[in-house]
Amino acid sequence: MLSLLRRRLRMRTAAARWPAQAPVLVDRGRPVFDAGRCDLNGACAAACPVAAITVGASFSLDRARCISCARCIEACPTGALVPALVLDGPATSRELLRDPLPPGIRAREVAERARRVLGRSVHVRHLDAGSCNGCDWEISATTNAVHDIQRFGIDFVASPRHADLLLVTGTMTRNLQIAARRTYDAMAEPRLVVAVGACAASGSPYPAGYASGHGTADALPVDVFVPGCPPRPEAIIEGILLAVGRIAARA
Amino acid sequence: MTVVPEAARVTVSPSALADVCGTLVRERSARLVVMTATDERERGGGYGLYFLFALPDGELRSVEAQVDPARPVYPSVTRAVPAAHWYEREAKDLLGIEPEGHPDPRRLVLHDDWPRGLHPLRKDFDATRTVARVAHPHEPMTGVRGEGVMEVPVGPIHAGIIEPGHFRFGGVGEVVLQLEARLFYTHRGVEKAAEGQSVDRVLHLAERLCGVCSLSHAVAYAQAVETLADVTPSRRALLIRGIFLELERLYNHVGDIANLCAGAALQLGVYQGGILKERLQELNAEVGGHRYLFGIARPGGVRRDLDGPAQERILAVLAAVEADFRGYVDALLETESFMERLRGTGVLAREIAEELGAVGVAARASGIARDTRSSHPYAGIARGAVTPVVRAEGDVRARMDVRVEEAYASFALVRALVDELRDLAPGDLARPVGALAPDRWAVGMTESPRGENVHWLMTGPRGEITRYRVRSASYNWSVVPFAVAGNLLPDFPLINKSFELCYACLDR
Repeated sequence: MLSLLRRRLRMRTAAARWPAQAPVLVDRGRPVFDAGRCDLNGACAAACPVAAITVGASFSLDRARCISCARCIEACPTGALVPALVLDGPATSRELLRDPLPPGIRAREVAERARRVLGRSVHVRHLDAGSCNGCDWEISATTNAVHDIQRFGIDFVASPRHADLLLVTGTMTRNLQIAARRTYDAMAEPRLVVAVGACAASGSPYPAGYASGHGTADALPVDVFVPGCPPRPEAIIEGILLAVGRIAARA
Repeated sequence: MTVVPEAARVTVSPSALADVCGTLVRERSARLVVMTATDERERGGGYGLYFLFALPDGELRSVEAQVDPARPVYPSVTRAVPAAHWYEREAKDLLGIEPEGHPDPRRLVLHDDWPRGLHPLRKDFDATRTVARVAHPHEPMTGVRGEGVMEVPVGPIHAGIIEPGHFRFGGVGEVVLQLEARLFYTHRGVEKAAEGQSVDRVLHLAERLCGVCSLSHAVAYAQAVETLADVTPSRRALLIRGIFLELERLYNHVGDIANLCAGAALQLGVYQGGILKERLQELNAEVGGHRYLFGIARPGGVRRDLDGPAQERILAVLAAVEADFRGYVDALLETESFMERLRGTGVLAREIAEELGAVGVAARASGIARDTRSSHPYAGIARGAVTPVVRAEGDVRARMDVRVEEAYASFALVRALVDELRDLAPGDLARPVGALAPDRWAVGMTESPRGENVHWLMTGPRGEITRYRVRSASYNWSVVPFAVAGNLLPDFPLINKSFELCYACLDR
């Protein structure tokens, strides 16, 4: 134990500078669309393995379905899709995860209501509703010394009875629907639901059927969707903060 | 890599399965690697059963039978080969093939509210349909009865940030007499979803069988495809796979040791190990584009290169992390209050590990020298380059020791692989994968951080994927209850973390 303490004393602060500074992202990034270069050839939509892209009269990317596999970027002959190292931010509705955004959507009511009721502290219960566990390990990573979610007044609790917010991953499988609903029912009002990851947002990439669902919204009312496969820890924290109204909805 | 030659395949009548399989195990010391059941009625067959064995020298043997579709019943193999017990229950649930005389014929994959007589892996079952729930009686799960005995239900939703599973502890006071686990809550129907899909589409499903063993699964799948398409990836692609696969092992092993500290409430250990894991995952993102290494492998090779600067970056980060990790492990070993919790806790007996076909860290910590990298080398690893790390005790401490030693070996292995990669010409990352050979099957095998993953892939008359069967290392769940019985209930989290199994790739 003393050796562990000695090691600790020699260590510097591990916590990330984010959000005071922009996160240093080094992974492959998500596709970002440049309308000026798009000639609507549809190669991206054909290459997408999860039907996240539609190209008709215009280009549309559903980030709720996107698994950041970069097939569309490889397939685009005009360079209209480029990888960008930007945090794949959360949104308060599936519609807000459309890239580019349809005009006129601004959903702030939930965020403001939550802020009024919960103030600046939020207790979170994690619920795996049938994921690949990638999102769950990223949620776990939010609690490590680097991402240190407790800096934000956010704490994970052991029971839904103690929770203000349910952090849900997975496609909402048949075998977890009842447990998910009971977990939600055990929470006191006011309560929030944040769906984490592509499969919680849309079921993608697993096809819905006898075992898999379309995501959290199959069983629970969702306040915030965090896209990504899996989303980075910063994006998950942002999703929780968005839900409690501490940061502005990304528009 | 793992072609099973026709000569190593034997077809027998269903009634002879138990005898032939039992003889292989008894007289040739064969080990059951996987059993796959198929629906071949559309092709004029019945229900296929494919028992795949590995002989001590690694050679594979397949014992196969066709079960009459009019009466899909056969004498169970489990009493002769106990390692078949979950496979047979799975085939019964998903294909409706009845193993007569199975000692534990309860449902495994499908839960009690699934209607009788409906089997999702049968070809005439529509994958897109949803199925109404049926009422079912609640039955006690453990067989422990008597005065003062109680049953403690836990889950499927747990108190920590972990995956879902239901546990029923039967015991007296704090002592657990029997643990029964109800799993497959995250069953997503991946095997069914793969049928009829393109090779590339299934790759995305393979990568998402399990987040933390994603690359091991992707490579095992790619190996099976490459066998069927008769493609050999370039040396460069194999080495890149090998390097990333060891990076996958490293972030898992280091993180799992940190989680072991969580199981024993040693917060300083959780904190310091968590930082090391984070550094390794950021390295993954930096050189691989993904913290969990999705999108690295593809059938025919790899999607990511490792150029000179990336190679140097890997060596630099690993050198720093290794030095810190060694200091961290030394500090843990000196923390007697922690080590005392680990010794003698959660012992998995070697005989049980052997009989039930345990793999990976759990098998090696119980004295079984079993490591796919050594028995079936792949991904640029030379035969003999990996020696299985073995401990005899079978307790939590032994499983920690195995992870520590393997992490040290992985640091060295990455250096060796990078050394070789450095001298290779750039390019030739992925070779084209054409049509798959029709009416054949092949397997791919990798050693994930948790143990052996087996991907069994069968094609139809047009070379399409008709059956994709994944046996992940997390089948080790079947041995966990044996390591828990006799221990204190509060030690369960610690024992559980020492096995560190996934639910996602078991449940599929």
